Amino acid sequence: MIEVQGVSHQIGKMPILSDITLRLPMGKLTALIGPNGAGKSTLLSLTGRLMPLQAGQIRVDGSDIGTTDTRALAKQMAILSQSNPLGSRLRVRELVSFGRWPHHQGRPGPRDAAEVEQALHDMDLTPLADRFLDALSGGQRQRAFIAMTLAQGAEWLLLDEPLAALDMAHARGVMARLAGLRDAGRSIVVVLHDINHAAVWADHIVAMKAGRIAAEGPPSQVCTAEVLGTIYDMELRVMQVEGKPLVLHHL
Amino acid sequence: MRPALALSLTLLPLSAASLLIGAADMNLASVGTDPQAALILTVSRLPRTLAVILTGAALGIAGVVMQQLVRNRFVEPGTTGTAESAALGLLAIALIAPAAPIWVKMMAASLAAMAGTALFLRLIRRLPAREVLLVPLVGIVLSTILGAMVTFIGWQTDLLQMIGIWLFTGEFSGVIAGRYELLWIAAAAAALAWFAADRFAILGLGEAAATGLGLNPDAVMRLGLVVVAVVTALVIVTVGMIPFIGLVVPNIVARGMGDNLRATLPVTAAGGAALVLACDIIGRLVRYPYEVPVGTVLGVVGSLLFLWLLYREPARG
Repeated sequence: MIEVQGVSHQIGKMPILSDITLRLPMGKLTALIGPNGAGKSTLLSLTGRLMPLQAGQIRVDGSDIGTTDTRALAKQMAILSQSNPLGSRLRVRELVSFGRWPHHQGRPGPRDAAEVEQALHDMDLTPLADRFLDALSGGQRQRAFIAMTLAQGAEWLLLDEPLAALDMAHARGVMARLAGLRDAGRSIVVVLHDINHAAVWADHIVAMKAGRIAAEGPPSQVCTAEVLGTIYDMELRVMQVEGKPLVLHHL
Repeated sequence: MRPALALSLTLLPLSAASLLIGAADMNLASVGTDPQAALILTVSRLPRTLAVILTGAALGIAGVVMQQLVRNRFVEPGTTGTAESAALGLLAIALIAPAAPIWVKMMAASLAAMAGTALFLRLIRRLPAREVLLVPLVGIVLSTILGAMVTFIGWQTDLLQMIGIWLFTGEFSGVIAGRYELLWIAAAAAALAWFAADRFAILGLGEAAATGLGLNPDAVMRLGLVVVAVVTALVIVTVGMIPFIGLVVPNIVARGMGDNLRATLPVTAAGGAALVLACDIIGRLVRYPYEVPVGTVLGVVGSLLFLWLLYREPARG
């Protein structure tokens, strides 16, 4: 379980997160939704210890992220940032292989190679494995970074907008793979903008607005016209298709 | 492995040529019988060839490490204030304790180079990430300011000639046995970079990605700083700064092979060695039996290579 206790965050004088207290369940796929600027990415980055905590405490399966050895944390959780600027010229397989670093510290074994191939396969990248990243499209590159995160093989996967830049076939493929990992016992937290992916694939939805938790619960409770309308400040309709909510937000 | 092999193979004939070429007459075949020939080989030609190879390899690696630290391809220790700070350290020792043993000079140069490079890294942290060209520009500005300080002090204290050799015309004509061995330490520092190759490559992905993988970006940064500073300082102490190697060689290698440093560092080292060796040989032949400093030859060859690099399409792999 990830326990967020009284976390606040400011950039300059602007409050980004205000006293967030939250529990993310283990073994579930949790979707983090909310309008731009709600603080989703900040919360995810703080949980992934990519930014220093200003106030509050976060524990991942009992380990305080402020005091636990960062190498040990890298085996416990893998995080995909929202933007992954490309500074280096790497081939897809080389990038994905870096995901195994926490396990081998520079001396990869056969298990590491197998995990890398599996991650490449899962993200439909096997044919592109020997291509340089700068020769790929934005969506293909995004999949390469997701594959690196998957290869890390951590108990917790924190993914910030993994579906950004993906076509619909690959977006569904990524969500299905994440659901598969959840079924295999892993815990997943994913920031999503496509509310319908959240409605269908997530077990648990946390909705944020203006640095606070606005709603929390299973999709059937959060994905209603009333709740979503308040969170996003817009009118929308929600239908039921095959027993799942379908949010008509584009009409 | 193929590029590494090809480069190593070009190193062999270049080294042989370097052993054979020089003002003094020497027949390699008579080394066994002629004590004069043996003396020239062991005291002059072999040390010089080794010094060139070590310098080229170490500067090539220092260039890659620098580029990974700042995530920018257009920098090298010669354009980020590292070389000028090393010269400042050397100058300070020359003034405070002129009789200090060589290792004290080496330490002073290394520490000053570290401080100068750390200053550069601090300065560029605040730059907007998208402005790729600001990083080398800030480096050039810092180098120029530090260089001006060095020149001013040198001018005031009548040490300009020494400074000229340190910073502008690195060359190998003064290398004999007993006067180049510090370069082995530079090579050892460069070898250290190879052991940490994955760390530097991961840091090249960005601080967030490195943290996510359980690395401490600051620790990797400090390690890189030590490698760059020690290599630069020792090269300056022994032969003087050689321009362009740290810039051109890593860029050529990255174009062809990418940035998986574990695989590319040996190639960069071999490439740096081959390029300096070739330029040193050219410098010895252009107006034989006199010499043109290798730095001057590289100024010409390096700029041509760099232009070629800019206009050539990268390998897509």
